[in-house]
Amino acid sequence: MALYSEKVMDHFTNPRNVGVIEDADGVGEVGNAVCGDIMKIYLKIKDGIIEDVKFKTFGCGSAIASSSMATEMIKGKPLSQALELTNKAVAEALDGLPAHKMHCSVLAEEAIRAAIKDYYDKNGIEYDKSQFPEPHDEEEHPTEE
Amino acid sequence: MEKRTVYADNAATTAMSMRAIEAMTPCFMKIYGNPSSLHSIGQEAKEVLVDCRERMAARLGCKPEEIYFTSGGSEADNQCIRSAALLGARKGKRHIVSTAFEHHAVLHTLDKLKKEGFEVTLLDVHNNGLITAEEVRAAIRPDTCLVTVMYANNEIGTIQPIREIGRVCREMGVIFHTDAVQAVGHIPVNVAEDNVDMLSLSAHKFHGPKGVGALYCKKGLPLSTLIEGGAQERGKRAGTENIAGIAGMTAALEEACEHLEENMERLTKMRDRLIEGLKKIPYSGLNGDAKRRLPGNVNMSFEGAEGESLILYASAEGICLSSGSACTTASLQPSHVLMSLGLPHEVAHCSLRITLADTNSEEDVDYMLEKLPKVVERVRNISSLWDDYVSGKIPHVLGGKTQG
Repeated sequence: MALYSEKVMDHFTNPRNVGVIEDADGVGEVGNAVCGDIMKIYLKIKDGIIEDVKFKTFGCGSAIASSSMATEMIKGKPLSQALELTNKAVAEALDGLPAHKMHCSVLAEEAIRAAIKDYYDKNGIEYDKSQFPEPHDEEEHPTEE
Repeated sequence: MEKRTVYADNAATTAMSMRAIEAMTPCFMKIYGNPSSLHSIGQEAKEVLVDCRERMAARLGCKPEEIYFTSGGSEADNQCIRSAALLGARKGKRHIVSTAFEHHAVLHTLDKLKKEGFEVTLLDVHNNGLITAEEVRAAIRPDTCLVTVMYANNEIGTIQPIREIGRVCREMGVIFHTDAVQAVGHIPVNVAEDNVDMLSLSAHKFHGPKGVGALYCKKGLPLSTLIEGGAQERGKRAGTENIAGIAGMTAALEEACEHLEENMERLTKMRDRLIEGLKKIPYSGLNGDAKRRLPGNVNMSFEGAEGESLILYASAEGICLSSGSACTTASLQPSHVLMSLGLPHEVAHCSLRITLADTNSEEDVDYMLEKLPKVVERVRNISSLWDDYVSGKIPHVLGGKTQG
Protein backbone atom coordinates (compact mmCIF):
# COMPACT_ATOMS: atom_id res chain seq x y z
CA MET A 1 0.00 0.00 0.00
CA ALA A 2 1.18 3.45 -0.77
CA LEU A 3 2.04 5.76 2.10
CA TYR A 4 -0.85 8.09 1.27
CA SER A 5 -4.45 7.55 0.19
CA GLU A 6 -5.62 8.73 -3.20
CA LYS A 7 -7.50 11.56 -1.48
CA VAL A 8 -4.33 12.77 0.22
CA MET A 9 -2.44 12.65 -3.06
CA ASP A 10 -5.27 14.49 -4.83
CA HIS A 11 -5.28 17.29 -2.24
CA PHE A 12 -1.50 17.42 -2.22
CA THR A 13 -1.17 17.48 -5.99
CA ASN A 14 -4.05 19.93 -6.52
CA PRO A 15 -4.30 21.79 -3.25
CA ARG A 16 -7.47 23.86 -2.88
CA ASN A 17 -7.48 27.39 -1.44
CA VAL A 18 -3.74 28.04 -1.64
CA GLY A 19 -2.87 31.68 -1.19
CA VAL A 20 -2.93 34.75 0.99
CA ILE A 21 -5.85 37.05 1.79
CA GLU A 22 -4.28 40.50 2.07
CA ASP A 23 -7.15 42.05 4.04
CA ALA A 24 -7.95 38.94 6.05
CA ASP A 25 -10.22 39.29 9.08
CA GLY A 26 -8.37 36.56 10.93
CA VAL A 27 -4.98 34.93 10.50
CA GLY A 28 -3.72 31.87 12.35
CA GLU A 29 -0.24 30.39 12.23
CA VAL A 30 0.87 27.23 14.03
CA GLY A 31 3.91 24.95 13.96
CA ASN A 32 7.53 25.95 13.50
CA ALA A 33 10.43 25.54 11.11
CA VAL A 34 12.41 23.40 13.56
CA CYS A 35 9.83 20.64 13.33
CA GLY A 36 9.38 21.14 9.62
CA ASP A 37 5.69 22.09 9.61
CA ILE A 38 4.19 25.59 9.57
CA MET A 39 0.57 26.19 8.69
CA LYS A 40 -0.93 29.62 8.11
CA ILE A 41 -4.66 30.15 7.57
CA TYR A 42 -6.32 33.36 6.36
CA LEU A 43 -10.05 33.97 6.90
CA LYS A 44 -12.49 36.43 5.36
CA ILE A 45 -15.55 36.59 7.59
CA LYS A 46 -18.93 38.21 7.01
CA ASP A 47 -21.94 37.97 9.35
CA GLY A 48 -20.34 35.07 11.20
CA ILE A 49 -19.82 33.10 8.00
CA ILE A 50 -16.42 32.16 6.54
CA GLU A 51 -16.76 33.76 3.15
CA ASP A 52 -13.27 32.89 2.02
CA VAL A 53 -10.32 30.96 3.34
CA LYS A 54 -6.76 30.59 2.06
CA PHE A 55 -3.72 28.78 3.34
CA LYS A 56 0.04 28.59 3.01
CA THR A 57 1.84 25.58 4.43
CA PHE A 58 5.47 24.69 4.83
CA GLY A 59 5.52 20.97 5.33
CA CYS A 60 5.16 17.50 3.98
CA GLY A 61 2.54 16.02 1.70
CA SER A 62 0.10 15.27 4.49
CA ALA A 63 0.47 18.78 5.95
CA ILE A 64 -0.42 20.33 2.62
CA ALA A 65 -3.27 17.87 2.04
CA SER A 66 -4.63 18.47 5.56
CA SER A 67 -4.59 22.25 5.00
CA SER A 68 -6.33 21.88 1.68
CA MET A 69 -9.01 19.55 3.04
CA ALA A 70 -9.59 21.56 6.22
CA THR A 71 -10.04 24.83 4.33
CA GLU A 72 -12.50 23.13 2.01
CA MET A 73 -14.45 21.82 4.99
CA ILE A 74 -14.92 25.25 6.59
CA LYS A 75 -15.45 27.44 3.53
CA GLY A 76 -18.93 28.97 3.55
CA LYS A 77 -19.60 27.63 7.03
CA PRO A 78 -20.57 29.59 10.15
CA LEU A 79 -17.76 30.13 12.64
CA SER A 80 -19.52 27.98 15.21
CA GLN A 81 -19.34 25.05 12.82
CA ALA A 82 -15.72 25.72 11.87
CA LEU A 83 -14.82 25.62 15.55
CA GLU A 84 -16.26 22.13 15.75
CA LEU A 85 -13.91 20.80 13.09
CA THR A 86 -11.66 18.18 14.62
CA ASN A 87 -8.38 16.79 13.36
CA LYS A 88 -10.03 13.37 13.21
CA ALA A 89 -12.67 14.69 10.83
CA VAL A 90 -9.97 16.14 8.58
CA ALA A 91 -8.02 12.87 8.61
CA GLU A 92 -11.18 10.86 7.93
CA ALA A 93 -12.12 13.13 5.04
CA LEU A 94 -8.70 12.35 3.58
CA ASP A 95 -9.42 8.60 3.91
CA GLY A 96 -6.91 8.42 6.72
CA LEU A 97 -3.33 9.51 7.40
CA PRO A 98 -0.38 7.35 8.44
CA ALA A 99 -0.07 7.24 12.25
CA HIS A 100 3.09 9.35 12.35
CA LYS A 101 1.43 11.99 10.15
CA MET A 102 -1.67 12.51 12.30
CA HIS A 103 -0.05 15.61 13.80
CA CYS A 104 -0.51 17.29 10.41
CA SER A 105 -4.28 17.11 10.83
CA VAL A 106 -3.88 18.46 14.38
CA LEU A 107 -2.04 21.46 12.94
CA ALA A 108 -4.92 22.10 10.54
CA GLU A 109 -7.45 22.12 13.37
CA GLU A 110 -5.23 24.37 15.47
CA ALA A 111 -4.49 26.79 12.63
CA ILE A 112 -8.21 27.30 12.00
CA ARG A 113 -8.86 27.89 15.71
CA ALA A 114 -5.98 30.32 15.87
CA ALA A 115 -7.34 32.27 12.90
CA ILE A 116 -10.85 32.46 14.43
CA LYS A 117 -9.39 33.55 17.76
CA ASP A 118 -7.43 36.24 15.95
CA TYR A 119 -10.67 37.44 14.36
CA TYR A 120 -12.43 37.54 17.74
CA ASP A 121 -9.52 39.37 19.36
CA LYS A 122 -9.24 41.95 16.60
CA ASN A 123 -12.93 42.71 16.74
CA GLY A 124 -13.33 42.62 20.49
CA ILE A 125 -15.79 39.76 20.30
CA GLU A 126 -16.35 37.90 23.56
CA TYR A 127 -15.67 34.17 23.44
CA ASP A 128 -15.32 31.15 25.66
CA LYS A 129 -11.56 30.96 26.38
CA SER A 130 -11.79 27.23 27.07
CA GLN A 131 -12.61 26.74 23.41
CA PHE A 132 -9.12 27.92 22.51
CA PRO A 133 -6.52 25.84 24.25
CA GLU A 134 -2.88 26.65 23.56
CA PRO A 135 -1.66 24.89 20.43
CA HIS A 136 0.19 21.64 21.08
CA ASP A 137 3.93 21.59 21.40
CA GLU A 138 5.53 19.55 18.68
CA GLU A 139 7.20 17.46 21.37
CA GLU A 140 3.84 16.02 22.22
CA HIS A 141 3.45 14.53 18.80
CA PRO A 142 4.02 10.85 18.54
CA THR A 143 7.49 9.87 17.48
CA GLU A 144 8.90 6.44 17.00
CA GLU A 145 10.95 4.68 19.66
CA MET B 1 10.63 17.59 -22.92
CA GLU B 2 8.79 14.29 -23.04
CA LYS B 3 7.95 12.77 -19.67
CA ARG B 4 10.34 10.06 -18.57
CA THR B 5 11.16 8.02 -15.51
CA VAL B 6 14.45 9.01 -13.93
CA TYR B 7 15.69 6.82 -11.11
CA ALA B 8 18.18 8.95 -9.20
CA ASP B 9 18.05 7.30 -5.79
CA ASN B 10 20.98 4.97 -6.29
CA ALA B 11 22.35 5.49 -2.78
CA ALA B 12 19.15 3.83 -1.55
CA THR B 13 19.50 0.92 -3.92
CA THR B 14 20.43 0.22 -7.51
CA ALA B 15 18.90 -1.71 -10.38
CA MET B 16 20.53 -5.09 -10.86
CA SER B 17 22.94 -5.50 -13.71
CA MET B 18 22.30 -8.14 -16.38
CA ARG B 19 25.65 -9.67 -15.59
CA ALA B 20 24.66 -10.14 -11.95
CA ILE B 21 21.32 -11.65 -12.92
CA GLU B 22 23.00 -14.01 -15.37
CA ALA B 23 25.44 -15.09 -12.68
CA MET B 24 22.57 -15.81 -10.31
CA THR B 25 20.19 -17.72 -12.58
CA PRO B 26 22.16 -21.00 -12.73
CA CYS B 27 22.37 -20.95 -8.93
CA PHE B 28 18.59 -21.17 -8.76
CA MET B 29 18.12 -23.61 -11.62
CA LYS B 30 21.13 -25.90 -11.68
CA ILE B 31 23.58 -25.26 -8.87
CA TYR B 32 20.94 -25.27 -6.16
CA GLY B 33 22.78 -27.59 -3.80
CA ASN B 34 23.86 -26.86 -0.27
CA PRO B 35 27.63 -26.21 -0.22
CA SER B 36 27.84 -28.28 2.95
CA SER B 37 26.54 -31.38 1.13
CA LEU B 38 29.09 -33.92 -0.03
CA HIS B 39 27.30 -34.99 -3.20
CA SER B 40 28.00 -33.57 -6.63
CA ILE B 41 25.28 -30.91 -6.66
CA GLY B 42 26.34 -29.68 -3.23
CA GLN B 43 29.97 -29.60 -4.24
CA GLU B 44 29.15 -27.61 -7.36
CA ALA B 45 27.64 -25.00 -5.12
CA LYS B 46 30.71 -25.12 -2.91
CA GLU B 47 32.86 -24.45 -5.97
CA VAL B 48 30.83 -21.34 -6.73
CA LEU B 49 31.33 -20.19 -3.16
CA VAL B 50 35.10 -20.73 -3.24
CA ASP B 51 35.39 -19.07 -6.62
CA CYS B 52 33.35 -16.03 -5.55
CA ARG B 53 35.36 -15.58 -2.37
CA GLU B 54 38.57 -15.52 -4.40
CA ARG B 55 37.19 -13.05 -6.89
CA MET B 56 35.78 -10.75 -4.21
CA ALA B 57 39.12 -10.83 -2.38
CA ALA B 58 40.99 -9.99 -5.57
CA ARG B 59 38.85 -6.89 -6.08
CA LEU B 60 39.22 -5.71 -2.49
CA GLY B 61 42.95 -6.37 -2.20
CA CYS B 62 42.85 -9.10 0.43
CA LYS B 63 43.07 -12.87 0.83
CA PRO B 64 40.01 -15.06 0.23
CA GLU B 65 40.03 -16.27 3.84
CA GLU B 66 39.62 -12.65 4.94
CA ILE B 67 36.19 -12.38 3.27
CA TYR B 68 33.02 -13.40 5.13
CA PHE B 69 29.67 -13.34 3.40
CA THR B 70 26.79 -11.75 5.29
CA SER B 71 23.17 -10.78 4.69
CA GLY B 72 24.21 -7.21 3.89
CA GLY B 73 25.97 -4.09 5.06
CA SER B 74 24.10 -3.73 8.35
CA GLU B 75 24.99 -7.22 9.49
CA ALA B 76 28.61 -6.68 8.46
CA ASP B 77 28.75 -3.42 10.44
CA ASN B 78 27.23 -5.09 13.50
CA GLN B 79 29.61 -8.02 13.37
CA CYS B 80 32.79 -6.00 12.78
CA ILE B 81 32.05 -3.52 15.55
CA ARG B 82 30.95 -6.16 18.06
CA SER B 83 34.02 -8.27 17.30
CA ALA B 84 36.40 -5.38 17.88
CA ALA B 85 34.55 -4.38 21.03
CA LEU B 86 34.76 -7.90 22.43
CA LEU B 87 38.48 -8.05 21.69
CA GLY B 88 38.96 -4.71 23.38
CA ALA B 89 36.94 -5.67 26.43
CA ARG B 90 39.15 -8.70 26.96
CA LYS B 91 42.09 -6.33 27.30
CA GLY B 92 40.14 -3.88 29.41
CA LYS B 93 39.82 -1.43 26.51
CA ARG B 94 36.31 -0.09 26.33
CA HIS B 95 36.54 3.09 24.29
CA ILE B 96 35.45 3.49 20.67
CA VAL B 97 35.96 6.44 18.31
CA SER B 98 33.50 7.14 15.50
CA THR B 99 31.75 10.07 13.84
CA ALA B 100 28.40 11.72 14.41
CA PHE B 101 27.17 11.03 10.90
CA GLU B 102 27.68 7.29 10.55
CA HIS B 103 24.95 5.04 9.22
CA HIS B 104 22.47 3.86 11.85
CA ALA B 105 23.82 0.31 11.51
CA VAL B 106 26.96 1.72 13.16
CA LEU B 107 25.41 4.34 15.46
CA HIS B 108 22.79 2.03 16.92
CA THR B 109 25.34 -0.73 17.47
CA LEU B 110 27.49 1.81 19.32
CA ASP B 111 24.44 2.87 21.37
CA LYS B 112 23.96 -0.72 22.45
CA LEU B 113 27.63 -1.05 23.35
CA LYS B 114 27.33 2.08 25.47
CA LYS B 115 24.61 0.35 27.46
CA GLU B 116 27.01 -2.55 27.87
CA GLY B 117 29.65 -0.33 29.44
CA PHE B 118 31.61 1.03 26.49
CA GLU B 119 32.46 4.67 26.08
CA VAL B 120 31.98 6.17 22.62
CA THR B 121 33.50 9.38 21.25
CA LEU B 122 31.58 10.62 18.22
CA LEU B 123 33.71 13.12 16.34
CA ASP B 124 31.90 16.15 14.97
CA VAL B 125 32.24 16.46 11.24
CA HIS B 126 33.17 19.82 9.76
CA ASN B 127 30.48 21.71 7.91
CA ASN B 128 31.84 20.29 4.64
CA GLY B 129 31.08 16.77 5.88
CA LEU B 130 34.69 15.73 6.47
CA ILE B 131 36.92 14.84 9.39
CA THR B 132 40.70 14.67 9.46
CA ALA B 133 43.06 11.88 10.46
CA GLU B 134 44.57 14.21 13.05
CA GLU B 135 41.18 14.62 14.71
CA VAL B 136 40.98 10.85 14.94
CA ARG B 137 44.48 10.73 16.42
CA ALA B 138 43.52 13.29 19.05
CA ALA B 139 40.47 11.25 20.05
CA ILE B 140 42.34 7.95 20.47
CA ARG B 141 43.09 7.06 24.10
CA PRO B 142 45.12 4.25 25.69
CA ASP B 143 41.86 2.36 26.21
CA THR B 144 40.57 2.82 22.64
CA CYS B 145 39.81 -0.55 21.06
CA LEU B 146 38.22 0.56 17.78
CA VAL B 147 37.98 3.42 15.33
CA THR B 148 35.04 3.11 12.94
CA VAL B 149 34.62 5.78 10.24
CA MET B 150 32.51 5.44 7.13
CA TYR B 151 34.32 5.51 3.79
CA ALA B 152 31.71 7.65 2.06
CA ASN B 153 28.57 9.12 3.53
CA ASN B 154 25.23 7.78 2.34
CA GLU B 155 23.44 11.13 2.31
CA ILE B 156 25.96 13.76 1.33
CA GLY B 157 28.50 11.47 -0.34
CA THR B 158 31.58 12.98 1.31
CA ILE B 159 34.64 10.73 1.14
CA GLN B 160 36.73 10.58 4.30
CA PRO B 161 40.56 10.41 4.25
CA ILE B 162 40.40 6.67 5.00
CA ARG B 163 44.00 5.89 4.10
CA GLU B 164 45.31 8.57 6.48
CA ILE B 165 42.94 7.56 9.26
CA GLY B 166 44.04 3.95 8.74
CA ARG B 167 47.68 5.00 9.00
CA VAL B 168 47.00 6.79 12.29
CA CYS B 169 45.21 3.71 13.64
CA ARG B 170 48.13 1.47 12.64
CA GLU B 171 50.55 3.81 14.40
CA MET B 172 48.44 3.83 17.52
CA GLY B 173 47.72 0.10 17.42
CA VAL B 174 43.95 0.48 17.22
CA ILE B 175 41.63 -1.63 15.06
CA PHE B 176 40.16 0.36 12.18
CA HIS B 177 36.79 -0.52 10.68
CA THR B 178 35.16 1.31 7.79
CA ASP B 179 31.59 1.08 6.59
CA ALA B 180 32.30 1.14 2.86
CA VAL B 181 28.76 0.37 1.75
CA GLN B 182 28.52 3.53 -0.38
CA ALA B 183 32.10 3.40 -1.61
CA VAL B 184 32.76 -0.11 -2.90
CA GLY B 185 32.13 -0.31 -6.62
CA HIS B 186 31.96 3.49 -6.89
CA ILE B 187 35.48 4.64 -6.01
CA PRO B 188 38.74 2.70 -5.66
CA VAL B 189 38.75 0.73 -2.41
CA ASN B 190 41.67 -1.49 -1.48
CA VAL B 191 41.90 -2.71 2.09
CA ALA B 192 45.67 -3.18 1.97
CA GLU B 193 46.46 0.25 0.52
CA ASP B 194 43.81 1.89 2.70
CA ASN B 195 45.23 0.47 5.96
CA VAL B 196 41.85 -0.98 6.87
CA ASP B 197 41.44 -3.85 9.35
CA MET B 198 37.74 -4.42 8.88
CA LEU B 199 35.31 -3.33 6.17
CA SER B 200 31.61 -3.70 5.43
CA LEU B 201 29.98 -3.76 2.01
CA SER B 202 26.56 -4.41 0.51
CA ALA B 203 25.81 -5.86 -2.94
CA HIS B 204 22.69 -3.91 -3.82
CA LYS B 205 24.53 -0.58 -3.78
CA PHE B 206 26.53 -1.60 -6.86
CA HIS B 207 23.90 -3.32 -9.02
CA GLY B 208 24.01 -6.62 -7.13
CA PRO B 209 21.08 -8.28 -5.37
CA LYS B 210 19.56 -7.20 -2.05
CA GLY B 211 20.03 -9.32 1.05
CA VAL B 212 23.70 -10.09 0.57
CA GLY B 213 26.91 -8.38 1.58
CA ALA B 214 30.33 -9.15 2.88
CA LEU B 215 32.83 -8.13 5.46
CA TYR B 216 36.58 -8.11 5.31
CA CYS B 217 38.42 -9.00 8.49
CA LYS B 218 42.19 -8.86 8.48
CA LYS B 219 43.84 -12.21 9.15
CA GLY B 220 44.78 -12.58 12.80
CA LEU B 221 41.82 -10.55 14.06
CA PRO B 222 39.38 -12.98 15.62
CA LEU B 223 35.84 -12.37 14.48
CA SER B 224 33.02 -13.15 16.89
CA THR B 225 29.70 -14.54 15.73
CA LEU B 226 26.33 -12.79 15.61
CA ILE B 227 24.40 -15.78 14.32
CA GLU B 228 25.01 -19.14 15.93
CA GLY B 229 24.43 -22.42 14.17
CA GLY B 230 26.29 -24.42 11.56
CA ALA B 231 29.94 -24.06 10.65
CA GLN B 232 29.44 -21.96 7.54
CA GLU B 233 31.89 -19.11 6.89
CA ARG B 234 34.50 -20.90 8.97
CA GLY B 235 32.20 -20.93 11.95
CA LYS B 236 31.79 -17.15 11.97
CA ARG B 237 28.39 -16.86 10.31
CA ALA B 238 25.92 -19.69 10.49
CA GLY B 239 23.19 -20.34 7.94
CA THR B 240 23.18 -21.96 4.51
CA GLU B 241 25.06 -19.67 2.19
CA ASN B 242 23.11 -17.45 -0.19
CA ILE B 243 24.94 -18.83 -3.19
CA ALA B 244 22.87 -17.05 -5.82
CA GLY B 245 23.23 -13.75 -3.98
CA ILE B 246 26.96 -14.23 -3.53
CA ALA B 247 27.37 -15.07 -7.22
CA GLY B 248 25.35 -11.98 -8.18
CA MET B 249 27.33 -9.77 -5.85
CA THR B 250 30.64 -11.04 -7.18
CA ALA B 251 29.64 -10.49 -10.80
CA ALA B 252 28.32 -7.02 -9.97
CA LEU B 253 31.50 -6.03 -8.16
CA GLU B 254 33.69 -7.21 -11.00
CA GLU B 255 31.61 -5.30 -13.51
CA ALA B 256 31.71 -2.16 -11.35
CA CYS B 257 35.47 -2.41 -10.88
CA GLU B 258 36.13 -3.02 -14.57
CA HIS B 259 34.34 0.21 -15.44
CA LEU B 260 35.28 2.13 -12.31
CA GLU B 261 37.36 4.90 -13.86
CA GLU B 262 35.13 5.58 -16.83
CA ASN B 263 32.04 5.57 -14.60
CA MET B 264 33.68 7.94 -12.13
CA GLU B 265 34.66 10.35 -14.86
CA ARG B 266 31.26 10.30 -16.50
CA LEU B 267 29.29 10.55 -13.26
CA THR B 268 31.45 13.35 -11.89
CA LYS B 269 30.67 15.42 -14.97
CA MET B 270 26.97 14.67 -14.70
CA ARG B 271 27.01 15.45 -10.96
CA ASP B 272 28.76 18.76 -11.43
CA ARG B 273 26.42 19.73 -14.27
CA LEU B 274 23.46 19.02 -12.00
CA ILE B 275 24.95 21.01 -9.12
CA GLU B 276 25.77 23.98 -11.35
CA GLY B 277 22.27 23.94 -12.84
CA LEU B 278 20.43 23.56 -9.55
CA LYS B 279 22.55 26.25 -7.88
CA LYS B 280 20.84 28.72 -10.21
CA ILE B 281 17.69 28.21 -8.15
CA PRO B 282 17.68 31.21 -5.80
CA TYR B 283 18.50 30.52 -2.16
CA SER B 284 19.82 27.04 -2.65
CA GLY B 285 22.95 25.44 -1.26
CA LEU B 286 25.05 22.31 -1.72
CA ASN B 287 25.41 20.11 1.35
CA GLY B 288 28.84 18.55 1.80
CA ASP B 289 32.18 19.21 0.16
CA ALA B 290 31.94 19.97 -3.56
CA LYS B 291 35.01 17.96 -4.56
CA ARG B 292 35.61 15.23 -2.02
CA ARG B 293 32.30 13.51 -2.64
CA LEU B 294 31.05 10.42 -4.43
CA PRO B 295 30.90 10.87 -8.22
CA GLY B 296 27.12 10.40 -8.30
CA ASN B 297 26.05 12.31 -5.18
CA VAL B 298 24.19 15.63 -5.21
CA ASN B 299 22.64 16.86 -1.95
CA MET B 300 21.14 20.33 -1.92
CA SER B 301 18.82 22.39 0.22
CA PHE B 302 16.25 24.78 -1.18
CA GLU B 303 15.12 27.39 1.31
CA GLY B 304 11.45 27.22 2.24
CA ALA B 305 10.76 24.05 0.23
CA GLU B 306 10.16 21.07 2.47
CA GLY B 307 11.86 17.85 1.41
CA GLU B 308 9.01 15.38 1.38
CA SER B 309 6.89 17.72 -0.73
CA LEU B 310 9.82 18.09 -3.12
CA ILE B 311 10.11 14.31 -3.41
CA LEU B 312 6.40 13.82 -4.05
CA TYR B 313 6.16 16.55 -6.70
CA ALA B 314 9.36 15.27 -8.33
CA SER B 315 7.88 11.79 -8.28
CA ALA B 316 4.80 13.10 -10.07
CA GLU B 317 7.21 14.22 -12.82
CA GLY B 318 8.72 10.74 -12.93
CA ILE B 319 11.84 11.63 -10.94
CA CYS B 320 12.75 9.33 -8.03
CA LEU B 321 14.78 11.06 -5.30
CA SER B 322 15.12 11.15 -1.54
CA SER B 323 15.48 13.74 1.22
CA GLY B 324 16.85 14.21 4.69
CA SER B 325 13.61 15.85 5.74
CA ALA B 326 12.03 14.61 8.95
CA CYS B 327 8.82 13.88 7.14
CA THR B 328 10.42 11.10 5.16
CA THR B 329 11.11 9.28 8.39
CA ALA B 330 8.84 8.36 11.25
CA SER B 331 10.37 10.89 13.62
CA LEU B 332 10.13 14.65 13.56
CA GLN B 333 13.91 15.04 13.53
CA PRO B 334 15.60 15.80 10.25
CA SER B 335 18.52 13.67 9.13
CA HIS B 336 21.29 13.32 11.71
CA VAL B 337 23.77 13.61 8.85
CA LEU B 338 22.58 17.06 7.79
CA MET B 339 22.30 18.16 11.41
CA SER B 340 25.89 17.01 12.02
CA LEU B 341 27.01 19.53 9.38
CA GLY B 342 25.63 22.26 11.62
CA LEU B 343 22.75 23.08 9.27
CA PRO B 344 19.77 24.80 10.89
CA HIS B 345 16.69 22.57 11.15
CA GLU B 346 14.81 24.51 8.51
CA VAL B 347 17.62 23.94 5.98
CA ALA B 348 17.95 20.26 6.83
CA HIS B 349 14.19 19.83 6.32
CA CYS B 350 14.52 21.33 2.84
CA SER B 351 17.06 18.95 1.37
CA LEU B 352 17.00 16.80 -1.71
CA ARG B 353 19.39 13.94 -2.42
CA ILE B 354 20.01 12.97 -6.03
CA THR B 355 22.24 9.93 -6.45
CA LEU B 356 23.28 8.97 -9.95
CA ALA B 357 24.67 5.66 -11.18
CA ASP B 358 26.05 4.47 -14.50
CA THR B 359 22.47 3.55 -15.43
CA ASN B 360 21.68 7.28 -15.67
CA SER B 361 22.10 9.27 -18.87
CA GLU B 362 22.84 12.87 -19.81
CA GLU B 363 19.18 13.05 -20.85
CA ASP B 364 18.23 12.22 -17.27
CA VAL B 365 20.30 15.20 -16.13
CA ASP B 366 18.68 17.45 -18.78
CA TYR B 367 15.26 16.30 -17.66
CA MET B 368 15.98 16.93 -13.97
CA LEU B 369 17.45 20.34 -14.74
CA GLU B 370 14.25 21.24 -16.57
CA LYS B 371 11.79 19.83 -14.02
CA LEU B 372 13.37 20.31 -10.59
CA PRO B 373 13.44 24.14 -10.61
CA LYS B 374 9.70 24.01 -11.31
CA VAL B 375 9.21 21.49 -8.54
CA VAL B 376 11.01 23.78 -6.08
CA GLU B 377 8.94 26.75 -7.26
CA ARG B 378 5.73 24.77 -6.89
CA VAL B 379 6.54 23.81 -3.30
CA ARG B 380 7.65 27.35 -2.45
CA ASN B 381 4.40 28.77 -3.85
CA ILE B 382 2.48 26.85 -1.19
CA SER B 383 5.03 27.52 1.56
CA SER B 384 4.33 29.96 4.39
CA LEU B 385 8.01 29.82 5.34
CA TRP B 386 9.01 30.92 1.86
CA ASP B 387 6.58 33.88 2.17
CA ASP B 388 8.37 34.86 5.37
CA TYR B 389 11.76 34.80 3.65
CA VAL B 390 10.49 36.80 0.69
CA SER B 391 8.75 39.44 2.82
CA GLY B 392 11.88 39.80 4.95
CA LYS B 393 10.05 38.70 8.09
CA ILE B 394 12.88 36.26 8.69
CA PRO B 395 16.38 36.50 7.20
CA HIS B 396 17.52 34.15 4.46
CA VAL B 397 19.82 31.40 5.63
CA LEU B 398 21.14 30.21 2.30
CA GLY B 399 23.16 32.94 0.63
CA GLY B 400 22.91 34.68 -2.69
CA LYS B 401 19.88 35.64 -4.73
CA THR B 402 21.22 33.66 -7.65
CA GLN B 403 24.19 31.61 -6.68
CA GLY B 404 26.57 30.17 -9.22
